[in-house]
Amino acid sequence: MIFLSNLVNGISLGSIYAIIALGYTMVYGIAKMLNFAHGDVIMVGAYIIFCGAQYWGLPAPVAVLLAMLVCTVLGMTIEKLAYKPLRQATGLAVLITAIGMSYLLQNTALLIWGANPKVFPSPFSTDALHLFGGELVIKPETLITILANVVIMIALSLFISRTKMGKAMRCVSEDRGAAELMGINVNRTISVTFAIGSALAAIAGLLLCSSYPMLQPTTGSMPGIKAFTAAVFGGIGSIPGAMLGGVLLGIIEILGKAYISTELGDAIVFAVLIVVLLVRPTGLLGKPVREKV
Amino acid sequence: MSESPKLPLLKVNGLHVYYGAIHAIKGISLEVNEGEIVTLIGANGAGKSTTLNTIAGLLKPRQGTVAFGGMPVGGTGASKMVYKGLSLCPEGRRIFQQMTVKENLEMGSFSRPKDELESSMAQVYGFFPRLKEREKQIAGTLSGGEQQMLAMGRALMSKPRLMMLDEPSMGLAPILVEQIFEIIREMNRAGTTILLVEQNAQMALSIANRAYVMETGRITMEGNARELMNDDNVRKAYLGS
Repeated sequence: MIFLSNLVNGISLGSIYAIIALGYTMVYGIAKMLNFAHGDVIMVGAYIIFCGAQYWGLPAPVAVLLAMLVCTVLGMTIEKLAYKPLRQATGLAVLITAIGMSYLLQNTALLIWGANPKVFPSPFSTDALHLFGGELVIKPETLITILANVVIMIALSLFISRTKMGKAMRCVSEDRGAAELMGINVNRTISVTFAIGSALAAIAGLLLCSSYPMLQPTTGSMPGIKAFTAAVFGGIGSIPGAMLGGVLLGIIEILGKAYISTELGDAIVFAVLIVVLLVRPTGLLGKPVREKV
Repeated sequence: MSESPKLPLLKVNGLHVYYGAIHAIKGISLEVNEGEIVTLIGANGAGKSTTLNTIAGLLKPRQGTVAFGGMPVGGTGASKMVYKGLSLCPEGRRIFQQMTVKENLEMGSFSRPKDELESSMAQVYGFFPRLKEREKQIAGTLSGGEQQMLAMGRALMSKPRLMMLDEPSMGLAPILVEQIFEIIREMNRAGTTILLVEQNAQMALSIANRAYVMETGRITMEGNARELMNDDNVRKAYLGS
């Protein structure tokens, strides 16, 4: 029963990683860059929800919507001001800019909200679920996190496969020049990608801080890196890959902590990543590199 | 079709294009009239593709003008050019490998109203019945010839006034090349003006009304396609006889 409980917690943590990983993987797939500031957008989202609920007296759903809006605007602004001017630049220049943007967000948060951790109030106030005569207890935030992940995944898959914008994204991801020749506005497509990733980051912020209620300016950093790992693990650029990588990573982390070593939990996660990449360099669901043109 | 009666559909004037420090296009001028097939022939590296890519808006000219339908379009991005009725079927096909044949065609009509989709698709399938058979197949698994057909079909989906084709014969068996050129001629008869870039000068000249010969970034000869085919210099340099 303890194993089952660990497994559920692992899936829940993994779902948070998966939602964050979506932001990494979509931006990588479409804009061909690693947005290392993505984790910090989560932190900003969490702070907005915190402030909305604690200081501004907003009902929780309104605070969440506000956070999604702020993060969307933030993500699009970052893209426009910091990344778009570098579209023709080398990958390294963009990477360093993204790392710089990450620190800029963290330090700005430090300036506004201070270094003291805030206790994030969970907006999910329903009782925990007691199964098997009370042996398996599932907290509401755990369940909601998993559900949210499933809903987001389905919605996003439909969006990518059915809508005009979704299809435009796939085209830009495959061949930016050919996409332009179809009449697709590449800049707008990239901007929308950042908007979606950032709105999801706000949701991830909510879910993350509901389960792990310590909020400080570096809150988004470690989950961000792990979600990036999850995206690589699943095959960067692949949406189902982000889902699979995230959930597996969460399960490995929780089970590793429970059965191997609490201290080595993170190390185990990265060790598994290295092994997977040795065997499958493009990740679990990554597209094999095309050899002929 | 003989003398140009009115304003040319495409008019390129004194175009200069650079790749960084390399001066790739050194002041070329050309015209394409409504209803024509015009071909741009020349050796590898002469700047033919660069010319097409610049007209399509993928590259920015350093100097010179491009006018389409009488309107200056220099510096207009590629994504806007297709809305003006100019479509490029690029070198190397560049179809969306991971999408199905049908999805590729759908993307071709991205710039058009949705209610046109079905009739355009029917028109394309009319030219390329093979694509209809392969509708649900992932484009990357098509043969080279089928991929070329898909690239042309996709370009046709935007209902262009002018279609520019970049090396449609590349890497294809002779029988397929003939088929492709026959379809180009059919598309032209159905009302699409064609600007064709080719290394296969023989084939290109045989279907074109007029031709331009390019050498290292400059146009060195121009004229009636049939006359160029009989020109000694052209024969020696490009037709291998």
